[in-house]
Amino acid sequence: MKNGRSVEVRLPSELGFEKVAMSTAASMATLMGFSANRIEDLKTAVAEACINAIEHGNQLDDSLSVAVVLSTTADELEVKVIDDGSGISASPAAPDIDRKILGEEDPRGMGMFLIQALVDEAEWHKGPPGKSFVRLVIRLDKEKP
Amino acid sequence: MQEATKITNRKATAVSGAAVSILAFSGDISSASKESILAAYHSVNGATPKILLDFTGIDYINSSGIAIIIQMLLEASKSSAGTIAIFGLSPHFQKVFTMVGIHKYAKLYTGEKEALAEA
Repeated sequence: MKNGRSVEVRLPSELGFEKVAMSTAASMATLMGFSANRIEDLKTAVAEACINAIEHGNQLDDSLSVAVVLSTTADELEVKVIDDGSGISASPAAPDIDRKILGEEDPRGMGMFLIQALVDEAEWHKGPPGKSFVRLVIRLDKEKP
Repeated sequence: MQEATKITNRKATAVSGAAVSILAFSGDISSASKESILAAYHSVNGATPKILLDFTGIDYINSSGIAIIIQMLLEASKSSAGTIAIFGLSPHFQKVFTMVGIHKYAKLYTGEKEALAEA
């Protein structure tokens, strides 16, 4: 595959469609030569980014869609997940399993943590409708354990 | 559009001789699975001293699905009925479950044989 290739997928704001983005990201990563382990990491990170965009960004609004833009360089795959929400600026906190088991913390709310833990770069950008996005990058030369 | 989780419930005997309930999941585990998974757990909770969750047939689990498992562990921690252990996770989801700390409250085994050996 030549460098600088880009693919865009638009998802309805309905849970379940994140799997379309996962499959597309996995296909791109396979073409680039990523290992099976890294592709699994990417699939989970992309799924969580899309779920956040569908649920929180677009509030499950049928009239809105989530854009997923996948771009390649020689050694990087960048995934931008763009929604119509106002975006997120806070850094994701690590889940505290002890507090969750005690009922002191919501059992949910692990998506951003997983994204950051599983890819090489993750950043959240706030913007006007249609401009808020999360940007994920995985690199060929950096195999996470 | 979310795929439903299929759940089967069977009984097994651990190497120790203890009776074990096994809840085997297949398909996807997502926010849509909450009611069915917690209902399946409630149906076996207290029936045997140990409950094993079999993830061998699971293709996809997201953070909302993981939260359901944490909810189950929260309920188990408040009940003296039985403990929960997990087997059949792919290496990727073993890593993810460990990242979020589930292994502190439910032992993770590779397969059913290993789980029954220690149950």
